[in-house]
Amino acid sequence: MSGATLRRRPLRERSAWSRLQPVVTVVLVAVFVGIPMWLVVMTAGKSQGDALSPNLAPPTDWQLWENLREVWDRGRIPSAFAGSLLVMVPAVVGVLILGSMAAWVLARRTGRAYAVLYAAAISGIVLPPAVVTIVLLLRQLGLAGTATGMIGVYAGIYLSTVIFFVTGFVRTIPLELEEAARVDGAGPVTVFVRVILPLLRPVLATATILICLYVWNDVFYAFFVLGGRLDTLPLNLFQVASAGLYLNNWHLIFMYVVLMSLPLLIVFVVAQRKIISGITSGAVK
Amino acid sequence: MAHASAPAADRQRERTTHPGWFLLPALVVLAVFFVVPTVFNFVYAFTDWSSFKSEINAVGFDNFTQLAGNGTLFSSLRITLVYAVLVAIFQNVFGLALAVLLERDTALNRFARAAFFIPVLMSALAVGYIFQALLKPDGALNDVLGFFAGRDVTTPWLGDTTWTIVVVALIHAWKWMGLSMLIYLAGLKTMPEDILEAARMDGAPAWKAFWTIRFPLLAPAVTFSVATALLGSMNGFDIVQATTEGGPARTTEILNIFIYRTFGQGLFAQATTMSLVLFLMVALLAFPVIRMLRRREEIL
Repeated sequence: MSGATLRRRPLRERSAWSRLQPVVTVVLVAVFVGIPMWLVVMTAGKSQGDALSPNLAPPTDWQLWENLREVWDRGRIPSAFAGSLLVMVPAVVGVLILGSMAAWVLARRTGRAYAVLYAAAISGIVLPPAVVTIVLLLRQLGLAGTATGMIGVYAGIYLSTVIFFVTGFVRTIPLELEEAARVDGAGPVTVFVRVILPLLRPVLATATILICLYVWNDVFYAFFVLGGRLDTLPLNLFQVASAGLYLNNWHLIFMYVVLMSLPLLIVFVVAQRKIISGITSGAVK
Repeated sequence: MAHASAPAADRQRERTTHPGWFLLPALVVLAVFFVVPTVFNFVYAFTDWSSFKSEINAVGFDNFTQLAGNGTLFSSLRITLVYAVLVAIFQNVFGLALAVLLERDTALNRFARAAFFIPVLMSALAVGYIFQALLKPDGALNDVLGFFAGRDVTTPWLGDTTWTIVVVALIHAWKWMGLSMLIYLAGLKTMPEDILEAARMDGAPAWKAFWTIRFPLLAPAVTFSVATALLGSMNGFDIVQATTEGGPARTTEILNIFIYRTFGQGLFAQATTMSLVLFLMVALLAFPVIRMLRRREEIL
């Protein structure tokens, strides 16, 4: 498509821009992504004296391993990693299953009541959760500071997003596919599990990526709900950095940043093309 | 809605083929963890709930008059709104520019798209610390500027009572521009081929064809991206906390920073009041913003 566009344009304009575009791209990537990433990795390898005022110079003496060991203990990385996983996995799985079930029925039922329910169910996409009173409610339920409470809160926040994306997707699935299964005597549960769920794979993959990203990196809701009673990666980064423990310990802060970002970065590098095409096809219909 | 006049028999059938109880688990979770706390917001904003005493009493509009009286309410509202508008503008301008720049499917462009998506994956808190290190008076940016200027540069990028809000909004936009880029790339790729062909036949210059033909066709992508950036950044916290903590002199104290700070001080009722204010502001803005953007889609 772009090839055809180019052939019809005046030759001079095309060749000038097509020669310039790669240069502009490389410069933009180097300046706006390269420099910040360089700063993180270089500083993570420095000694404390070297990192006192963080700059772009490489470390005079690489200390990656020492910094890693120090941050591992001080930031309680193993328990934070376990806590992050303990909250993220059930929250994401739960939100996808409950969201898909609801979205299927919301997409197929035609009554006015269902239109109202749909509007209410997706309003959480933009409406901010009541962070302070969530704490009060969780205390009354005996769930404050627990993984269960945190999972419930994330589910409440991100269900709207899943319902919105999946409902739009279900509407593009022809009803005939369901009818065929129903003629064979399948009940609603069988139709949903055997026919609908497998077809939802692309949209569920996109939703999984986005929600994993939000939950894995969240510190604001975790601060209110967990209140230091369960370690998660962002919460520990936040606590140690703001407690002044890492005051001017930029080498430790950035070593923590590297460790915390690595899991998502590795997943991204491995599945890069799928993730980008998943989000591009899911975002706009 | 298209089937609103469907015969009663169809309705009857729907009930067995798509039973309402499939909704139940999701609705229970939404009710318990989203609706009930929101309802509590409307109750506890009118009490003296705090960590200093055990009983909670109704106090009417005291929290609101107090917060309005000392100017906090309106300054926080104004700062949050300014921040959200700046983020929405920057994030979408950068995202659209990147999408247009990287539209062709070359190996280099695919690499660049992935590179600009890295900040989206990173924790916003980490992004905040990176930019704090870059923008300190003795930080990396001033080092580089000093190298080119040939003298010491010590601009306090995060210490200006007027411009720091713009700098923090730029950081927020930098973090999320990769997502907007993908949304616009998706929009650019799904354009009907015949319309583009007609534009080419006209022989209009490329930039003119873009603004008159292709940009209007991006309307759904613009709606989605602007609305999520605008309404999402009103609920922002991490980047501001990690760069300025609301300073200098509380000029970047958006609502969530205030809520976090007063909650930490044990002033739960004040924090709840601001949480309610945030909820009402987003709710009031969400409907006109989405309707306005939708109407623009229909006109074009």
